[in-house]
Amino acid sequence: MESGQLFIILATAIASATPLVFACIGETITERAGVINLSAEGTIMLCAMVGFVAAKTADNVWLGFVAAALVGALIALVVAYGAITLKQSQIAIGFVLALLCSDLSAYLGNPYVRIPGPTVPPRFAIPLLQDMPFIGPLLFREGDILVYAGYALIGATWFYFYRTRGGLTLRAIGEQPAAAFARGHNVIALRYAYTLIGGALMGIAGAAFSLDFKAGWSYRHTAGYGWIALAIVIFGGWNPLRAALGAYLFGVLQSLAGVAQSTVPNVPTQVFTVAPFVLMILALVLTSGDWLDRLLSYLPVNVRRSLARIIHTAPPAALGRPFEQD
Amino acid sequence: MHRRKARISRRTPANSSTVKVELRHIHKRFGNVHANDDVSLTVEAGTIHGLLGENGAGKSTLVKILSGFISRDSGEIVLDGRPAHIQSPADALRYGIGMLHQDPLDFPPLTAIENFMAGSPTTPALLNVRAAERNFRALCRQFNFDLDPHARVSDLTVGERQQLEIVRLLANGAGTLILDEPTTGISATQKTLLFDALRRLAQEGKSIIFVSHKLEDVEALCDCVTVMRRGRVVGELNLRANGAGRAHGDWPAGERFDVAARIVEMMFGRELAMPVKPAIHQDETALVLEGLLLRSDRLEMHIGHLAVRRGEVIGIAGLEGSGQQLFLLTCAGLEHPAAGSIYVSGRNLTRQPYSAFVKAGVCYLPADRLREGLISGLSIQEHVALRMPSRGIFINRAAAAQEAERAIATFNIRGRPDTAVEQLSGGNQQRTQLALMPSPLNVLLMEHPTRGLDIESTLWVWQQLIARCNQGTAILFASSDLDEIVQYSDRVIVFSGGRISPPIAAAALTADSLGQMIGGRF
Repeated sequence: MESGQLFIILATAIASATPLVFACIGETITERAGVINLSAEGTIMLCAMVGFVAAKTADNVWLGFVAAALVGALIALVVAYGAITLKQSQIAIGFVLALLCSDLSAYLGNPYVRIPGPTVPPRFAIPLLQDMPFIGPLLFREGDILVYAGYALIGATWFYFYRTRGGLTLRAIGEQPAAAFARGHNVIALRYAYTLIGGALMGIAGAAFSLDFKAGWSYRHTAGYGWIALAIVIFGGWNPLRAALGAYLFGVLQSLAGVAQSTVPNVPTQVFTVAPFVLMILALVLTSGDWLDRLLSYLPVNVRRSLARIIHTAPPAALGRPFEQD
Repeated sequence: MHRRKARISRRTPANSSTVKVELRHIHKRFGNVHANDDVSLTVEAGTIHGLLGENGAGKSTLVKILSGFISRDSGEIVLDGRPAHIQSPADALRYGIGMLHQDPLDFPPLTAIENFMAGSPTTPALLNVRAAERNFRALCRQFNFDLDPHARVSDLTVGERQQLEIVRLLANGAGTLILDEPTTGISATQKTLLFDALRRLAQEGKSIIFVSHKLEDVEALCDCVTVMRRGRVVGELNLRANGAGRAHGDWPAGERFDVAARIVEMMFGRELAMPVKPAIHQDETALVLEGLLLRSDRLEMHIGHLAVRRGEVIGIAGLEGSGQQLFLLTCAGLEHPAAGSIYVSGRNLTRQPYSAFVKAGVCYLPADRLREGLISGLSIQEHVALRMPSRGIFINRAAAAQEAERAIATFNIRGRPDTAVEQLSGGNQQRTQLALMPSPLNVLLMEHPTRGLDIESTLWVWQQLIARCNQGTAILFASSDLDEIVQYSDRVIVFSGGRISPPIAAAALTADSLGQMIGGRF
């Protein structure tokens, strides 16, 4: 019974991390192409508002997602134009957009605060898969369509990154755009495309909050999630699997903090709200140190390689730098 | 459309893709610099064509135009008699032109096999690593390259990355290979492998353009060589002329067939200027190097004994990148020698920190004035203020302004105290650097002291330097201008491919002997 309860708590925590998964995958794709979309915080918030309003107005939850994705891509287009075409500082552009879009969401979304709206259809279990030991009850019982779409997105992104020509090119343009250009790729067009795709996914993440996991709209409804998504992408070493893992870990840490808060009442609540963030930073520090590489060098070549692939956390070499074609 | 073309070239058997490459009347300007001035070059199919010249001669610009990286201002590229429209690297690839860049243009965090597949028209949408690996291994075997397909490229040596690029370009159907300074930074074994591979490819009918500033490599490998100087072609030599051609070809009968000397002559010009530096006789030594061993990842050099007297000027000749910079940095205390000792004014400064060298009166003026010598964005006055002895946290503006005015007047700098250094002309930047040099000075180390300067500034700079010599400063300078070396040096040392010649009196030098030495014969 005890373990059953734990499973449900964990399963809920994992499911609730779904919006973050969408955001992290989106940002991972964008950054792998060499562009930092620092507007995540604003994009998610504005898209949460837009998604909610669109779904409410059209009375169709899926239209809400479409609208959110479009707005997310539109914000990404601004980032892309400034970063790729105008070659301006991606940090400055993203930061300003993050502030602008969150304020815009508060202003435009004001009439829609705390009113009921459409939500994603209820949870369902996936037949067969739900019967797998451990994994079944953990992953395939408590989710709704978005949770399962999240799993599919992680898998598809990983497959695209490491098993297709397009993914190889994507990794290439973020590492050494000049070399990709030398091989005949249109670096500018590809960077635009991946920035827009990443932005659309972040938009969906916003709508996933307002139409599902934190249904409704309120002032600064999704505050903090954009920033943590950016941190998780780094923690995830720009690898979709690890980024997703980071997002789920954050979800679990958050719900554990909630549980701990009720069991240890004499510790200030702030400790538990902040704890997940601190733990994430610790994890980041641990996985990016040189000591791991030194440790790895003692292992046999084959083991070392596959491990290094997982642990390796170097950012795309051309991340944040505009491509200058001479 | 493009894809279709790529397919066609791929299906053509490798050994039938023989291409004659012609560049006709190529012009390219970068601002005021005429990087390519009416350059024409013909590379016959099945030959290795050397392109020689000092840094900045325009070789890289030319080959980058051929490979689509740089667009030309005017001129024609003709492949097998048909004009080719090359505006981008993708265009060049379609014509089967592949280029190996000096710094390998690959993806270091990816694995060798991923690099091999990236950007290849033969790569299917869903990666088939096994098939690619088979292809990769077969090609590697053909050239005796020992490459691990699953090694990360960042773990490979420069030579191995080159091998990877060659194999990749061949797999993509390249019929013309351009190699930009390929022997910089690779081991002797790798060089042998590379040369074998290139010879073999030439035999298969591919055209190969070998860009280099190393005579010995060009001599060993190339069938033909074109020499460039200051953006123009200054000569062409056929190195593999058959016996008959050689007898009544370019060289007068009876004269020793010495390619190196002829090439050096083309690179630097025939007549050397006369020495103008007055001899200054001081017996005291300023700098002594004893059994010095210098090591970098590319070179290893040894100097048995070198004593530089006060007031003496040592010119350092040699093709660029032969270790001159490492040598000067070591003398300046910015790099430590692997073995041996350095004495400045009789004091042993081996392995002492840079500050000890500065204290002993050693000064180093780097070639890149704006990047390493001066600080872009700061004015002359601020440079002066930086150098002034600091007391407290505030700048004494009045004193700095006064000092800057004085420097501007004495060094004849065309600028005001508040002029930012990057706005000064090259000559005035050099004057500023000279004005900032401390006094007294025991050893002055310079790279290209007058590069990019007009004649007036050049003469003025050397007047100042000789004045320093009269005060007892010893000067060591590296330059690619042989006239400057012969004119202003007392003695000359020549760097060539990791070897350092014994010092030779400048007066005893001839164009011939200097050319031989630069070519590595001493």
